[in-house]
Amino acid sequence: MSTATLHRRPGGPADAVSGMIPGQVVRPSSIAEVADVLRAAAADGLTVVPVGGGTKTTWAAPPTSCDLLLDTTGLDRVVEHVAGDLVVVAQAGVPLADLQAHLAGAGQWLGLDPPERGATLGGVVSANACGPRRLRYGTARDLLIGTTVVLADGTVASSGGKVVKNVAGYDLGKLYTGAHGSLGVVVSSTWRLHPVPPARRVVVLDLPDAAAAGPLAVRLCRSTLTPSAVELFAIAGGAGQLVVVFESIEASVAAQATSTVTLLGGGTQSSDLPPAFGQRPGSAGDVLLRLAYVPTALPDVLASLPAGAAVAASAATGVAYAAVAAEVAVAALPGLRSTLAPYDGSAVVLRAPDAVRDRLDHWGPVGDALELMGRVKDRFDPDRRMSPGRFVGGL
Amino acid sequence: MSAAPQVDDVAVLATARVRTAQLVTALLIPALQKAIGPERVLTDRAQLRTYECDGLSHFRVVPAVVVLAESRQHVVDAVRICADAGVPFVARGSGTGLSGGALPHAEGVLIVLSRLRGLGPVDADNARVVVEPGVINLWVTRDAAPYDLAYAPDPSSQLVCSIGGNVAENAGGAHCLKYGFTVNHVLGAEVVLPDGSVVHLGGPAPEHPGYDLLGAFVGSEGTLGIATKVTLRLIRVPESVQTMLVGFASVEDAAGTVSDIIAAGILPAAIEMMDALAIEAAEAAVRCGYPAGAVAVLVIELDGPEVEVEAQFLQVEQIALRRGAFETRIAADAAERALMWKGRKSAFAAVGRISPDYYVQDGVIPRTKLPEVLSEITRLAGAVGLRVANVFHAGDGNLHPLVLFDDAVPGQADDASALAGAILDLCITSGGSITGEHGVGHEKRDKMAAQFTAEDLDTMQLVRCAFDPAGIANPGKVFPTPRLCGERPGPRRGEHPLSQAGLAEVF
Repeated sequence: MSTATLHRRPGGPADAVSGMIPGQVVRPSSIAEVADVLRAAAADGLTVVPVGGGTKTTWAAPPTSCDLLLDTTGLDRVVEHVAGDLVVVAQAGVPLADLQAHLAGAGQWLGLDPPERGATLGGVVSANACGPRRLRYGTARDLLIGTTVVLADGTVASSGGKVVKNVAGYDLGKLYTGAHGSLGVVVSSTWRLHPVPPARRVVVLDLPDAAAAGPLAVRLCRSTLTPSAVELFAIAGGAGQLVVVFESIEASVAAQATSTVTLLGGGTQSSDLPPAFGQRPGSAGDVLLRLAYVPTALPDVLASLPAGAAVAASAATGVAYAAVAAEVAVAALPGLRSTLAPYDGSAVVLRAPDAVRDRLDHWGPVGDALELMGRVKDRFDPDRRMSPGRFVGGL
Repeated sequence: MSAAPQVDDVAVLATARVRTAQLVTALLIPALQKAIGPERVLTDRAQLRTYECDGLSHFRVVPAVVVLAESRQHVVDAVRICADAGVPFVARGSGTGLSGGALPHAEGVLIVLSRLRGLGPVDADNARVVVEPGVINLWVTRDAAPYDLAYAPDPSSQLVCSIGGNVAENAGGAHCLKYGFTVNHVLGAEVVLPDGSVVHLGGPAPEHPGYDLLGAFVGSEGTLGIATKVTLRLIRVPESVQTMLVGFASVEDAAGTVSDIIAAGILPAAIEMMDALAIEAAEAAVRCGYPAGAVAVLVIELDGPEVEVEAQFLQVEQIALRRGAFETRIAADAAERALMWKGRKSAFAAVGRISPDYYVQDGVIPRTKLPEVLSEITRLAGAVGLRVANVFHAGDGNLHPLVLFDDAVPGQADDASALAGAILDLCITSGGSITGEHGVGHEKRDKMAAQFTAEDLDTMQLVRCAFDPAGIANPGKVFPTPRLCGERPGPRRGEHPLSQAGLAEVF
């Protein structure tokens, strides 16, 4: 099918990316069609923003232009799952949940648990989305073993491969992870899988002062316990709930949960996760931030957030999601970033209501590699047509 | 670009290049001596020859100059002088690499980093440590041990290999089946770019806004710059470690055991396999007491919480017995475990006991294809009358076939080289890779075109051109053909305000 016949429809408000309504929307259904679309866009000088399930379109800065929205949900094939090798190859538009359902049949899963319902693999890679179990499995960069990307000029290029251990050539999957489509369109990805653990035990400890979670998390990390997740749900300046999750064979999770209660000096055991587990905090009217810092900074991070902010922190890894009332966030963000700086910290805006979006510096300081990042962008997308303005430093 | 040069032009250019090289050397050496100190700049040919190869000794090139850097500033000065002169530089750590990644450039500067050995202190509560590139891999675990922490990547050369080299090659090791590779344990790096500027990629925090340039840098084999500081993630030493040595009467049974363990949902810390010839060599060298008469052995290690390891260890033993294992031996203590690993970790060198010469190969196949690939290797070896000893990280399909030959027999070295190449082709057609941990380096650059398309390689080179537009950082490695980067593309821009306002990462 040539691009001339690939249907493009006009964009509407439902297609908006951080408030920007695209001129046209195209939904290719093969990698070759994506290449055709991008070659044609290059010829016409069109700006292109790729989108998958559309669950994280606010996670990057608003695009400065979007002539063409490239909907990847038509790339919906699980290409290959070799259970014996614990490897799967799937196209970008495959919803993560569908992939997990597919893998569950073989007792396997992809160790990523971002909560956004309807998120596709391409979107998870491009936004570097993850959830509580990053403590055990790492993030997309740790599990992605191969990628195929279509560049701005229509070039189709792969890196990595289908084996977990592989050091041939540059690992470009790392570069595309979290790049928000600014280097090209991720059309296929290959992943390292893990077995689904047969049993789970959860320890929940209520804390009158959420900041107490800091030293407890350190104690857990320095013990021989192997939790899949250590999550803190808290209100800044108030109480919190520490949730420690064990997933392994029954004998192991039972023994570890009991040890955890002793180690923490309290807590109740159950086999169910609390309803809020893994969810992003707050509501659509809030500004949602992703904070990152060295793990022991957790109490200071909680103290630096505006009182009342809802927090879901991966307490043992140094990542927290915080929902702050919109106007409060506008005023507080610069100070928050200054507080985080000594902890190698960052605060990135993941979602902001329309009313305040333009008054927020989405990414914050980037460090001394920003100029080099600009050079990488210029090599991959010399005309700066791919998701323009969405990434750090206006890239 | 103008039209392709004519033959006469090539000859003229070649002569000009030699003259330029001589001129550059004459100017370069004084500049280096002035900036870095004459005692740290080696120019004597006998001294230079010490550095003519890395761990892959059949490629040798004497560098024009060697700089023994003792500080970041020395690295910056050396790189800047190279950049100003348009002269290539090659970084070298301990020189243990097995793909010729640190092979010097005849007209270039070899920057030796082994004197940059700052280590720590260990930040135990955050499980991080900052080290300089010359620090030896095992030292990190040694310094972390008092805090019950360890550095997970454990290449067999860990007694001597350096962190800088590990970062360049994305080094693996036996335990990466469970713990991942160097790239999964490096959180940040201070990097001297090929123009002499310094950037900080990543850092001790888990996320940083911007492209994951650190992820691209790790494993780039010295072609993107030189790391002068590295922030490493440490792991908690597990509560229990159990190691088992299992003897099999056939390679198929051993491979089947590996598949069954994985299918049972068990993720061991390591599963290593050796075949009869590798066992014979290891016995001759270190008398590790492997089961007599075994055609294949597996070394299987589980670690984690005690109850988990005990239960899964029993399960693994039963799987092995069901697959016809004729002996399972469990290490009773650390000394017995060390002996089991000694046989495995000394296997490369041990092969020297049973063959005058050998060629170490490194390739990867999907784990499920082990039996068919091994029998094909045997067939290929038989066809040219050579023997191959197989040692591999079976859990992740990373093969290390050791092709045995005798250099004294005319033609055998060439046959061995051809056989090693054919094994790589087999890895590629099986859906694998030409290297799992040794890197492409000088040795395998021509094989890259068999594993990747021209578009794939050109896209990788976009990254190289962003970091090193002049192409002076370890040229001639990784890629089969150099790429001229040309002018920096894109419209000219002033510095973005965010760049000026940017905060440097804290180390």
